[in-house]
Amino acid sequence: MGILEVKGVNKRFGGLQALGDVNLSVQENTCHAIIGPNGAGKSTLLNVLVGKLIPDSGSVMFDGNSVLGRKPHEINQMGISRVFQTPEIFGDLTVIENVMIPCFAKRDGAFRMHAYETVAAEKDIREKAEAILEDVNMLDKLNMHAASMSRGDKRRLEMAMCLVQEPRLLLLDEPTAGMARADTEATIQLLKDIRVKRGLTMAIIEHDMNVVFSLAERITVLAQGTPLVEDTPDNIKGHPKVREAYLGEAQV
Amino acid sequence: MFGLSQKDTKFLLIVVALTLLTPILLNPFPSESGLAQFNAGYPALMQRFAIYGLMAIGFNILFGLTGYLSFGHAAFLGVGSYAAVWMFKLLSMNVLPAIILATIVSGLFALVIGYISLRRSGIYFSILTLAFAEMSYRLAYSVFTPITNGETGLQLTLSDPRILDSAPEGGSLPVPTLFGLDMNASWTANVGPWDFTFNIGYYFCAVIAILGFYLSLRIFRSPFGMMLRAIKSNQTRMSYTGLNSRPYTLAAFVISGMYAGLAGGLLAAMDPLAGAERMQWTASGEVVLMTIMGGVGTLMGPVIGAGFIKYAENIFSKINESVLHGWFGWLPDGLEDIVVWFFARFVGEGWHLTLGLMFMIVVIALPGGLVEGGQRIARWVRRKSGRETAADETTKPAE
Ligand SMILES: Nc1ncnc2c1ncn2[C@@H]1O[C@H](COP(=O)(O)OP(=O)(O)OP(=O)(O)O)[C@@H](O)[C@H]1O
Ligand SMILES: [Mg+2]
Repeated sequence: MGILEVKGVNKRFGGLQALGDVNLSVQENTCHAIIGPNGAGKSTLLNVLVGKLIPDSGSVMFDGNSVLGRKPHEINQMGISRVFQTPEIFGDLTVIENVMIPCFAKRDGAFRMHAYETVAAEKDIREKAEAILEDVNMLDKLNMHAASMSRGDKRRLEMAMCLVQEPRLLLLDEPTAGMARADTEATIQLLKDIRVKRGLTMAIIEHDMNVVFSLAERITVLAQGTPLVEDTPDNIKGHPKVREAYLGEAQV
Repeated sequence: MFGLSQKDTKFLLIVVALTLLTPILLNPFPSESGLAQFNAGYPALMQRFAIYGLMAIGFNILFGLTGYLSFGHAAFLGVGSYAAVWMFKLLSMNVLPAIILATIVSGLFALVIGYISLRRSGIYFSILTLAFAEMSYRLAYSVFTPITNGETGLQLTLSDPRILDSAPEGGSLPVPTLFGLDMNASWTANVGPWDFTFNIGYYFCAVIAILGFYLSLRIFRSPFGMMLRAIKSNQTRMSYTGLNSRPYTLAAFVISGMYAGLAGGLLAAMDPLAGAERMQWTASGEVVLMTIMGGVGTLMGPVIGAGFIKYAENIFSKINESVLHGWFGWLPDGLEDIVVWFFARFVGEGWHLTLGLMFMIVVIALPGGLVEGGQRIARWVRRKSGRETAADETTKPAE
């Protein structure tokens, strides 16, 4: 039994079958990549996992509990964090504030007023936030307005916001898109380090095969909303069906 | 000091000093001079500055921090006034129980309205709050007449029980007091040609407004305030961070409703009557104007906006054609009539036109409100005096 079990999930948008009978099992402490051509339904699948979309049928179990019908914040509290394809950050806030908010959420668990304390007095929270920003190499941007940063920096910030929550499952939707080569390498290294340090279960969507083959232990290939194959990276590389549906185009 | 950073403490002390010196600062013109009509340092107006400033500070906690634009805050103002007048009628003329009850009752009222309205956001939220406020206004006129005394408004009478007070002597209505200090008592200082009026009621309102300002400063600097700004910035990320924004927005709504209720209580403490028109949608719109005009989401902006609008309302509206004739008497007759006719459109009854034009200018030219205007001038002055370094340019001046 994996920590995440997706069974028979279907989702239609009007006439379009975005997800058709998707089964997926993510094992604890592994990195599971989901690849597939544009419009294959990868992001839609993540939307179902985090409660943004409700599937027409099927089941999604996380650690033995169903996530279906729960609100996004409840699913996050179960331990699922997500990095979005288009960065979702607090644009009006500074970088350090962006990371302090998940720190507060993690510490308090739910709504707490804290209207009479000052942010400046929350030393522990700040230290924790700075530590993760050091990991993603953003210490020099602490007081920058988050909206004014480059797309690559926004992604790294969003990743820091998710990682600081110490999620039990981290969903990454094209985390390195829009990043410079060096930052991509640094991101791969960061994710590897965290896995070594304290273990991390990941499901990652990525078009960059370099990232996929450096991180993933299992790969699921999705095409037109349906899983084509699921296997180890080595087997996927040589799989004729995959070459035809996906890698074929990528390698031209 | 006071749990604030050095910069904020300095800021607070400046605000306190300005507030306490208001009777002097707002009376710059000698009483006998022709410009004396621009003096704003008379009790009734200064009280309004403090009271509406307080209301705008509270409104800004909701609108400025979370971005939820309520069009129904006048309802809380009205509820606060009614609650306070009832306290004067039943319990005592002491203002403390009155404003405390005003705050509590409006807080409960805000809890109900907020709980329902916050199920929607954006324009739908605004419409819901507007609908609730209009409903309250209509009900105050009709169904709730036993509580609100309908069209006449709720007033004190000699036969009120006032169980804590001794019976009034001489058959005149009692006035609100703070342990014997009458709210309408004033002391006038004559300094040369100037007259400065120090009024108990104003100082009572000023102290409450300063406390309200201090509390809002604490909220702005608190983790709670940061959460509210995060909600304004990106609710999607908020929920994918495991945070339900509803309790935060509801708390902000109730707090700002309590500020409005307290302001309503103070209005009644200055003049012990309450009418339904205080809840009308124009009154709700006014606090929105104040906040936007002064600077949404800045600490001082709403207060400045409130002062600005109340000044325009009370000073410009008093200038009539005969005053204008006095000013322009030196012009040739035909021209004088034309000039006076022109300016008369903007003063007296026409002060709304002036206000509307100013509002348009501010919103178009200074999206950050008057506070942004002040910051621009400060930056320009600093650059002129050549003391500005490149680093100064990027640091944000105090709000
Ligand atoms: N909310 C929606 N309403 C209607 N159609 C949608 C919606 N979301 C996705 N789709 C459609 O579903 C299909 C799958 O979209 P999805 O975003 O999951 O693809 P993807 O695999 O993530 O592609 P990409 O690699 O481009 O990100 C697409 O055809 C898309 O247009
Ligand atoms: Mg996608």
